[in-house]
Amino acid sequence: MRTEKCILAGFGGQGIMLMGQLLAQAALDDGLEVSWLPSYGPEMRGGTANCSVIISPEPIPSPVIAHDATSLIVMNLPSMEKFVPDVVPGGFVLVNSSLIEEKVTRSHVEAIYVPCNEIAQELGNAKMTNMVMMGAFVEVTKCVRPESVLGALEHKLGERKAHLMDGNRAAFARGAECAVAARA
Amino acid sequence: MPRTLMKGNEVIGAAAIRAGCRAFFGYPITPQTELPEYMAAQLPKVGGVFVQAESEIAAINMVYGASGSGARVMTSSSSPGIALKQEGISYIAGAELPCVIVNVMRGGPGLGGIQPSQSDYFQATRGGGNGDYRLLVYAPASLQELADLVQIAFDKADYYRNPVMVLADGMLGQMMEPVEFRDDLPRMELPAKDFAATGTMGERAPRVINSLYLKPEELEEHIHRLFAKYEAMKVNEPLVETVGLEGAEIVVVAYGTTARIVRSAMATLAEEGIHIGLIRPITLFPYPMGVFETLPDSVRQLLVVEMSMGQMIDDVRIANEGRLPISFVGRTGGMVPTPALVAERVRELLGATAVGGATEGSGATAYQGVGTGSTTGGAR
Repeated sequence: MRTEKCILAGFGGQGIMLMGQLLAQAALDDGLEVSWLPSYGPEMRGGTANCSVIISPEPIPSPVIAHDATSLIVMNLPSMEKFVPDVVPGGFVLVNSSLIEEKVTRSHVEAIYVPCNEIAQELGNAKMTNMVMMGAFVEVTKCVRPESVLGALEHKLGERKAHLMDGNRAAFARGAECAVAARA
Repeated sequence: MPRTLMKGNEVIGAAAIRAGCRAFFGYPITPQTELPEYMAAQLPKVGGVFVQAESEIAAINMVYGASGSGARVMTSSSSPGIALKQEGISYIAGAELPCVIVNVMRGGPGLGGIQPSQSDYFQATRGGGNGDYRLLVYAPASLQELADLVQIAFDKADYYRNPVMVLADGMLGQMMEPVEFRDDLPRMELPAKDFAATGTMGERAPRVINSLYLKPEELEEHIHRLFAKYEAMKVNEPLVETVGLEGAEIVVVAYGTTARIVRSAMATLAEEGIHIGLIRPITLFPYPMGVFETLPDSVRQLLVVEMSMGQMIDDVRIANEGRLPISFVGRTGGMVPTPALVAERVRELLGATAVGGATEGSGATAYQGVGTGSTTGGAR
């Protein structure tokens, strides 16, 4: 596989850091090398949040993604404006079209629009928005196995919140379906 | 043991507890706060002591006291907090007590910023405290190395009866990577802690822990004893990783996370057919001088890369002994250099007939080795 360099961005509270961590854990469980680097600072709920995840079969030198992202997840508009220029030609941009009406104007990147909030709400839990996006992302990039992401989430939720797994599985599957339909 | 995904600051805590650390005194400061948070949660479970002190100064003096009673003890902070601890660090070195001090560096001077930096190199290697003393300083570049070196640091501190510093940066503290807590780390035969003030029970003479010597003859003798330890460190403790020195015209010198950024630049340059080498000091004191003495003939110049204005250059110049010209490129104040910046500087140096000229906005400055005959030789 190629090295996947993914930037995940949105606002605080959208589960951006968790998405990155699930992706990183899935990569580890798939036997790959991985680094997860968060933006940190005077962050707050509603402020911007982003993290960089690098997944590779080889040891990872710099954990920083410096204008060479192979994929980008944007959950809100300011993130799209900020990070789309950092994607390499041929890279993927996954857009949460529930909150972003604008289209990706750059050429040489493949934009995939996923109405994450709407799908999550349809499934009855707005908190699953990020898992919808994860489903779409894994379907498009294939950088980790879908079961690994769901396994990482199951582990993260633990026994106490195990009842949330069915909903999240459905959210993940709907995200993947949406990506397939969008690229058909 | 399987590899687990952990955050750098938590790796430090887990490694310390594995190494037998049972006392932690600290004060919160970004970007290392997850470490005291981890210790607060985990130390009580293993019968340890965690105190959030009222200040960094109080915390380091608690370390002084706990170490004096024989405990395996650690404190951590970030740059301005480590500045506050300097008095205590000097006292602990003077009193010949073991402890581990972790600095997760952020930009300075003053309160500076909270983003990653390497601008405490002088503070760590030259001593921010007063007097003739040195710290053994480790500079890990990955979370695996952090896990290993934190554990090794406790043994070294006990062995030399001297504070050992682990110098990380905000990136290393905040990032997550898979880590394996190895069972095969080198362990040292350690002397009994016959200095510890544990109560005489009326059966032995009191043990006095002090750094005050009013008679200069005695203080000098004491300092000579300290320096015998530092000389032993220089012989036994230097650690360095080298990559691709053979056949390289330019060798980059970088430590910590910056060395990883250089590794990315090396990969980019290799695609263009440009082969560069890397010297990555893992101990900053003692500095791995030896590797500079045995560089292959192909090496024509050195390039130092740091997240500071170039504080390690002094040590590179000492190690280089005027043999090769030395250049620098870096970012500072919490800005992280990109592989592209490093690669560009390498291309520039290879293209330039003479080494010189600063690149505007990149913090790049050219340095000429002493004794190269250049008129700009030794300019700083």
